[in-house]
Amino acid sequence: MTNRPPRIDLIRNVERALRDASLQRQMGKAMPASRKARADVVAELPEWESLRSTAAGIKDHVLANLESYLRQLESQVSALGGTVHWASGAAEARAIITDLARSRGVRRIVKSKSMTTEEISLNAALEAAGARVVETDLGEYVVQLAGERPSHLIAPVIHKPTEEIADLFVRKLGVPRYERPEELARVAREVLRAEFLAAEMGITGVNFAIAESGTLVIVENEGNARLTTARPRIHVAVMGIEKVLPRMADLSVFLRILARSGTGQRASVYVSLLTGPRRAGETDGPEELHLVILDNGRRRLLADPGLRTALRCIRCGACQNECPVYRHAGGHAYGSVYAGPIGAVLTPAYEGMERARDLPFASTLCRACADVCPVKIDLPGMLVELRARAVRTGLAPWRDRMLVGAWTFFMRSPARFMLAGDLGRLAQRLVARGGKIERLPYPLSGWTAHRAAPALASTPFRAWWKSRQGGPR
Amino acid sequence: MKPVALFVTCLVDQLYPRVGEATVRVLERAGCAVAFPAEQTCCGQAAFNNGFQEEARVLGRRFLDVFADAPAIVAPSGSCADMVREWYPHLFRDEPALGVLARSVASRTYELSEYLVRVLGVDDLGARFPATVTYHPSCHGLRGLGLREEPLGLLRAVRDLRLVELPDAGQCCGFGGFFSIKFAALSGAMLSVKLDNIEASGAEVVTATDVSCLMHISGGLSRRGSRVRALHLAEILAGS
Ligand code: SF4
Repeated sequence: MTNRPPRIDLIRNVERALRDASLQRQMGKAMPASRKARADVVAELPEWESLRSTAAGIKDHVLANLESYLRQLESQVSALGGTVHWASGAAEARAIITDLARSRGVRRIVKSKSMTTEEISLNAALEAAGARVVETDLGEYVVQLAGERPSHLIAPVIHKPTEEIADLFVRKLGVPRYERPEELARVAREVLRAEFLAAEMGITGVNFAIAESGTLVIVENEGNARLTTARPRIHVAVMGIEKVLPRMADLSVFLRILARSGTGQRASVYVSLLTGPRRAGETDGPEELHLVILDNGRRRLLADPGLRTALRCIRCGACQNECPVYRHAGGHAYGSVYAGPIGAVLTPAYEGMERARDLPFASTLCRACADVCPVKIDLPGMLVELRARAVRTGLAPWRDRMLVGAWTFFMRSPARFMLAGDLGRLAQRLVARGGKIERLPYPLSGWTAHRAAPALASTPFRAWWKSRQGGPR
Repeated sequence: MKPVALFVTCLVDQLYPRVGEATVRVLERAGCAVAFPAEQTCCGQAAFNNGFQEEARVLGRRFLDVFADAPAIVAPSGSCADMVREWYPHLFRDEPALGVLARSVASRTYELSEYLVRVLGVDDLGARFPATVTYHPSCHGLRGLGLREEPLGLLRAVRDLRLVELPDAGQCCGFGGFFSIKFAALSGAMLSVKLDNIEASGAEVVTATDVSCLMHISGGLSRRGSRVRALHLAEILAGS
């Protein structure tokens, strides 16, 4: 096995992000628009709340019966002539797909719409196996050209200002400097057209897989998944085990909540329903269809009552748009594929608390994420649970222990509490001016680095109360 | 007279006693007989939110003990009320007797404006406060307790008060208890957005139902040299 990756130092990453003026400007520009778009289209639907409950209910039903729906899906896909592969982890999934490419002599691959392949770091493995992989969704393509990772679930390049993309295209593609997003999209499309034509294999993610019919559903706005699955000889679809839905009838609920939550659209531009590989007499579609069903920690999550419902997630990204921490930190600060509130839950669950110790703490528990999540995942509740686990397993920093320990000690009785107040009043004589303290020592120095602290009142409330008893009201 | 037990909260007791005094006046004006159980300290929210559930249980047990028989428990803090209401039943779910008590105490615990409007049906306290005021809805009150109209309605009834809208009001101010120390820079960046919005509102006073957010906001306003003052809702409602 490889060495464990180092701990994600979210605090340092965030501080770096805050100093990055271009990132701050870009996020400040892009995020309010996404939030407003969502809020507007959600407000149009009086039945929004009931849609959310229905969606959450369907997901919970699936999770409670997951293995049987997965088996049904497998038998339907196989009956249609597709091949189903089971991958327990990232390495196994990579091996399955690279073997497929190698055994069929695949040299050129196009990809579309898949965070799951990001999760298993597929591109590098395919390249090592001698294939060339090109991301075809505009944002992903830019991220790939830049040698970065996506920073948002559905807007992978949200962190990058257009000017930077323009420069990147000049540098990497040798084209003149185009400034307007439409022009940049046109340039990319021209480059990608040739890739689609030449590719022997197309790899996509899966938004939903319908158990009763073996249909794979891909939701997108650019149409690249459609080309990726129609043109190349082989289609490989990669999905997490939680993506299965029982019936086609369930799909309409999810299509409505996904588009509205994700991009603030009433409907997505393209919804592809792929049911099996090309049949005799058909002119379109892949000759071979491979469905890779990935566990990679999901069954462990399923067995965890405190976190199970995180598997309801449909990767819409609404919680990221809504999270003030994400908006300041940017997706890359989270140091993993999944960022924002859902990332702060999934990363510790998948990669271990040791590595992701800071992530669940990076929230004020303001609950904005829970308010927007279309499948009603209790993200703040899970963050609290993960924090408790971090503390229980001794991962809480020394400073936290000391502060909470002292706090609890002094709050155990009014006498101790008043004593703490009196001690504080003595100490603050040195530092308080006009009811304020401008500088506190460690471990509270973080507070006064960014705001003044209030001084303790000369008379606590309970003293006032005592003196008032018996006096006039 | 409605009997009410005041949970003044630890921060109010030591840092903002005037908010506690105002709360007493407001409750009395609304026809309540206010009691102050002197054995109270802190609800344990700070420990709980930071993952220290054992410590939170220690303080929670105290709280349940002190307020076990109170007819209604009212706090000038949405986040402390939310802690008791939302998390105590969860915190004591494995201890049968305490679990029952926790649910019972939770069902009797209210944030001040919530108690005034929803329970007492009061919408005008006869207060006067000549100033331009904007209202910051604290996250735990807004999304935890679902307080939307209650504080605003009370503010609208105040004589000579001009209520102005806070842009992007529902955004968190960035306090978050230990978060403000742990992720100090991030908390400061979130605060800075909130302060910009407060200043853009044109208000002379920003108010809220939680002194914790206000402590953070007023500390930031003071650093900026802003003229805007931060006052708890009770201080405005107690004005005459
Ligand atoms: S957690 Fe909810 S809001 Fe966030 S991406 Fe998943 S479904 Fe969307």
